[in-house]
Amino acid sequence: MTAALLTLADSRLPAGGHTHSGGVEQAIAAGVLADPGSLAVFLRRRLATSGAVAAGLAAAACRAVDDADPVAALGALDAEADARTPSPALRAASRQQGRGLVRVGSRAWPHPAWAALPAQPHHPLALGVAAATGGLTPRDAAHAAAYLSISGPATAAQRLLAMDPITVAAVTARLAPEVDEVADASAEDLPAATDPLLDLLAELHAARNDRFFAS
Amino acid sequence: MPPDHRIDDYVDPYTPEHRNGGPLRVGLGGPVGSGKTALAAALCRTLGAEYDLAVVTNDIYTTEDADFLRRNAVLPDDRIEAVQTGCCPHTAIRDDITANLDAVELLESRHPGLELVFVESGGDNLTASFSYGLVDVQVFVVDVAGGDKVPRKGGPGVTASDLLVVNKTDLAPLVGADLGVMRRDSDAVRGDRPTLLISLREDPAATEVAEWVREQVRARALQTAP
Ligand SMILES: Nc1nc2c(ncn2[C@@H]2O[C@H](COP(=O)(O)OP(=O)(O)OP(=O)(O)O)[C@@H](O)[C@H]2O)c(=O)[nH]1
Ligand SMILES: [Mg+2]
Repeated sequence: MTAALLTLADSRLPAGGHTHSGGVEQAIAAGVLADPGSLAVFLRRRLATSGAVAAGLAAAACRAVDDADPVAALGALDAEADARTPSPALRAASRQQGRGLVRVGSRAWPHPAWAALPAQPHHPLALGVAAATGGLTPRDAAHAAAYLSISGPATAAQRLLAMDPITVAAVTARLAPEVDEVADASAEDLPAATDPLLDLLAELHAARNDRFFAS
Repeated sequence: MPPDHRIDDYVDPYTPEHRNGGPLRVGLGGPVGSGKTALAAALCRTLGAEYDLAVVTNDIYTTEDADFLRRNAVLPDDRIEAVQTGCCPHTAIRDDITANLDAVELLESRHPGLELVFVESGGDNLTASFSYGLVDVQVFVVDVAGGDKVPRKGGPGVTASDLLVVNKTDLAPLVGADLGVMRRDSDAVRGDRPTLLISLREDPAATEVAEWVREQVRARALQTAP
């Protein structure tokens, strides 16, 4: 089922990810991200916190599809996601992306589990359900979540700083072992790592009128 | 275990009819500064009393166009939604239309009687076009000031849009553009698809374009009638 996993992690999947920078736009404005070195630091930090949280939630949501009461199980996970996302701006961004993924996932892989999700689910929950309905495992869901936590932001940095796209690809490629590590470590668990810097950047960003990205 | 999701069993649910009526979605695309916002404003003024309508804007730098429409009080605030396009206005109207669909659906849920939605793209280039997953019909707006070569250069907006608008004909003498050439080149690449040469400066009501939009609303009403 590798092809289904590649589909989920593909940046061309039209689920709205390209309009989110994962904090990169504000990190650039704040002067903490300016070149390939600081991009790698930023991505690694993001992977270890929101990436790990998303991976854990995605795996759990994938499992919840087979729960005796998927509505309750997914509802509880949605609350867990809220609890792990203190920034209202990040909650909104996650739910916006969740909605986008439900739109495309449910067309590709119709399944009753889509209807068991809350109305605008957190993105990792939608990802978990997409993985399950696409015939993937919880571990696959965790890997997709961990990978997506850095791939979208890397592209945003490339666009905003007009970075060499080959350099950006090299940076993300070299993070692959860490992505796998985070995914494997989170797949059986619900990590609760937070990063106050990402929360603050997200709140500052949401208040701006002059932004290219939704988050 | 998931059900069998083989390609042979795929039935595409997306057709305009499957949207259960809903508003006609009209894309307004075209290069930077050609008059997309001016046209949206004109259409809102002319058609606002006839239809329940709303606008989605896709500025590169977010809210400039939305602010213009608000400032000019063409529409109340809650009928204008601005979309962030992640530095890539083209992607947001063609390759990944998620943010725009969200905006259209938000407007639809806020105004259940909505009949017409204009989606203005960010100023782009001649290769920009809307996905028909987002809009039902699309208007491509170019202007005379870009030179009378523009229709000849072609691109999907010029050749395949449902309506080509060549705006700012009032500027033709100033920039030495030959309107006859623009008309001839457009007709040559567009087959039966219509082209209108207009000046929003001289006709702020966009009379001919508004009439074309009315026809589209009528056609869609017939198409989606039970
Ligand atoms: N002379 C002349 N100027 C026009 C006409 N229509 C629009 N303009 C002017 O052209 C300029 C650009 O118009 P907009 O409506 O902002 O163009 P746009 O395509 O929305 O621009 P972007 O959204 O920035 O791509 C404005 O200053 C308008 O007043 C016209 O028919 N004649
Ligand atoms: Mg405009």
